[in-house]
Amino acid sequence: MDPLLLARWQFGVTTAYHYIFVPLTIGLALIVAIMQSIHFRTKNDMYDRMARFWGKLFVINFALGVVTGIVQEFQFGMNWSEYSRFVGDIFGIPLAIEALMAFFLESTFLGIWLFGRDRLPRAVHLLSIWMVALGSAVSAIWILMANSWMQQPVGYTLVDGRARLSDPVAVFLNERLLVEAPHTILAALTTAGLFVLGISAWHLLRHHQREMFLRSAQIAIVIVAVTSLLTATTGHSQAQHTARTQPMKLAAMEALWDSEQPASFSLFASIDQADGKSTREIKLPYLLSVLAYNNTTSEVEGIHQLEAADVAKYGPGDYVPPVAVVYWSFRAMVGLGMLFILLALVGLLLWWRGRLERRWFLRAAMVALFLPYLANFAGWITTEMGRQPWVVQGLLRTSSAVSPNVGATEVAITLAGFTLIYGVLAVLDFYLLYRFARPVTAPSQGDQDTGLGDVFAY
Amino acid sequence: MDIQTIWYALIAVLFIGYFVLEGFDFGVGMLMPLVAKDDTERRIVINTVGPFWDANEVWIITAGGAMFAAFPDWYATLFSGFYLALFLILVALILRAVGFEFRGKLDGLRWRRTADTAIVVGSTLPAFLWGVALTNLVRGVPIGADMQFQGNLLTLLSPFALLGGVVSIAVFALHGALFLNLRADEAVAARARRLASLLWWPTAAVLVAFFLFSYGQTDLFDRSGLVPGTLPVLAMIAFVASAVLVRLRWDAWAFATTALTIALATVVAFEGLYPTVMPSSLDPAYALTVYNASSSPLTLHVMLVVAIVFVPIVLAYQAYSYWVFRRRVTRRDIPGA
Repeated sequence: MDPLLLARWQFGVTTAYHYIFVPLTIGLALIVAIMQSIHFRTKNDMYDRMARFWGKLFVINFALGVVTGIVQEFQFGMNWSEYSRFVGDIFGIPLAIEALMAFFLESTFLGIWLFGRDRLPRAVHLLSIWMVALGSAVSAIWILMANSWMQQPVGYTLVDGRARLSDPVAVFLNERLLVEAPHTILAALTTAGLFVLGISAWHLLRHHQREMFLRSAQIAIVIVAVTSLLTATTGHSQAQHTARTQPMKLAAMEALWDSEQPASFSLFASIDQADGKSTREIKLPYLLSVLAYNNTTSEVEGIHQLEAADVAKYGPGDYVPPVAVVYWSFRAMVGLGMLFILLALVGLLLWWRGRLERRWFLRAAMVALFLPYLANFAGWITTEMGRQPWVVQGLLRTSSAVSPNVGATEVAITLAGFTLIYGVLAVLDFYLLYRFARPVTAPSQGDQDTGLGDVFAY
Repeated sequence: MDIQTIWYALIAVLFIGYFVLEGFDFGVGMLMPLVAKDDTERRIVINTVGPFWDANEVWIITAGGAMFAAFPDWYATLFSGFYLALFLILVALILRAVGFEFRGKLDGLRWRRTADTAIVVGSTLPAFLWGVALTNLVRGVPIGADMQFQGNLLTLLSPFALLGGVVSIAVFALHGALFLNLRADEAVAARARRLASLLWWPTAAVLVAFFLFSYGQTDLFDRSGLVPGTLPVLAMIAFVASAVLVRLRWDAWAFATTALTIALATVVAFEGLYPTVMPSSLDPAYALTVYNASSSPLTLHVMLVVAIVFVPIVLAYQAYSYWVFRRRVTRRDIPGA
């Protein structure tokens, strides 16, 4: 096997797996902080029980986010040493700041929050969960800054074949970051909102602790309604930004083989990458020009034209990302996003008419719990696969980034090892979440929902 | 002092923080089955490090990030070179974290035993491998003119490096025992204290052996002659003092002395290397230094500003967390016990 291919699989597997836990951590920290704040103000015990219930699930999820995160940081140096040498001068900055500014904050205050409930003034305990929420949001911004630089390298000069920092402010305020960070963080909030909504719906279907879970569902519906709409609008901005800065990615997202003016939007395409064309296509006229440039006249460049330009600029080579993967991932993400908006709007309508506990809605909400995970994967696959063959757009190819001294056997061992361990942990994590999330009505176990120490302490 | 040297010192500080702090939670994890007689006591032991271990681990994440930013070639050569060793460390840290976090969340003896194994193995293996890694770092590994590591996992497992791994297991175990003496319920603390006295002699023996070995294996001590200089002597004094202080029941001071031993030993390693960061065993000219492995001065200056602002803040709230949880963990703190 080719070590490059194995290293790419390893990055894909470990990153996708890590990203199961990240969005829920970001979103649920905020939701728990909000619930605990309401309890702080109202002294209504229901909100205390609520914050504890969701807090338990937060902690289970957080644990795996942390341990899989360390792998991410080590992996750059282990499998991608040439990448690390090339980008270290710039990419290392946000990575180091993320650890210093965010990871310390998250982990220290999570410890204080978990173990300090009976030991601290209420205000300090409340502050500690807000610090956890702040830390996870701040960490998102720094790591997205690092990713943004891979999509749109700015503030650098090339010296001795490496990127060297020339303008730190340009890196910190990368315009790509300004579209990517809001979209990603809002999607994380939607993920957490749907998580809370789905589990609340489960309890409501079983008539378990109705008051508390009805209120949880209402909080979640508001969060999903607001954030799913904003995820869509920021996603639209990001796509328009991609049209200008990564036209090949946009063309692949649309399977637009040849330039069109005005460009039509593809609803379905049967993609043939080898022949460079699509068969059996359904297209909506003008719509791609509208989506990409907000008008009905602009030209959108096609894959063949962009490839010719890339060959002229960078020399002979294959500059086309895997079109079918990018095309369908993008559609999966957008389609699911639309579904979340619909679900939230239906939820608001039902709530307004006092019928939130309609069983069909609650069942739909339970299913919807799992969908944002797919949408998140699809979004990352779109943006990362859409950038191929580059790891840093226009500057460094993925094939030149891999560690030259790490053999296929070594990568195969670690890939197999991580996959195995991650698989076992996935089962364990799912079982734990199930166990702590499920509606328990038996009186002997009823205390589990409120019993704090047994769950929070080790 | 130039900016590269400042960053080298800052990374040394991060490693000191990591070894001193995670060192005791590694030790606590290793010793758990030896000092705890029943499940409640095991939970007491785990809860002594409960609020801390995760934040302690962030020190190595920050050290890794800082190496990436300040010395990309050091980060790239070290991490791709020590590939399988780092993989094993990652696996161990994952198992340990899952053991800590999920142990109390499921019932059943078999699950608890599995989690305990994860904690013990997950604490011992990284302690060993960090010792191996640091010893190799100091001694030098085969690095070519292209800055690439040319060995494999076996290259790293020389007798000297293995001894380094044993030393770090022993020192961290002692450090952990003294932490338990400070923060665990009295019955557990008493056992930890006895264990510390018991561990002290073998720890002293491997330390002396390692010390003598390093005369032959590194130039660390050649530079300063037979008398190894102030810092190593201070480290030895601190280590000897720990045995005395624990007998006098000056518990906090005993813990502080092993912390000092670990900190000084890390300083000695980093100081001995400087200005090299990774010596090459093939040709001294191939070594990575703070100058040929570093980022641009602009990057280093930007990072320095960030570090000056945030390191004190981090230290302040971490100190606060240690202050909040300064009391002993007793049986009453364990729910259902």
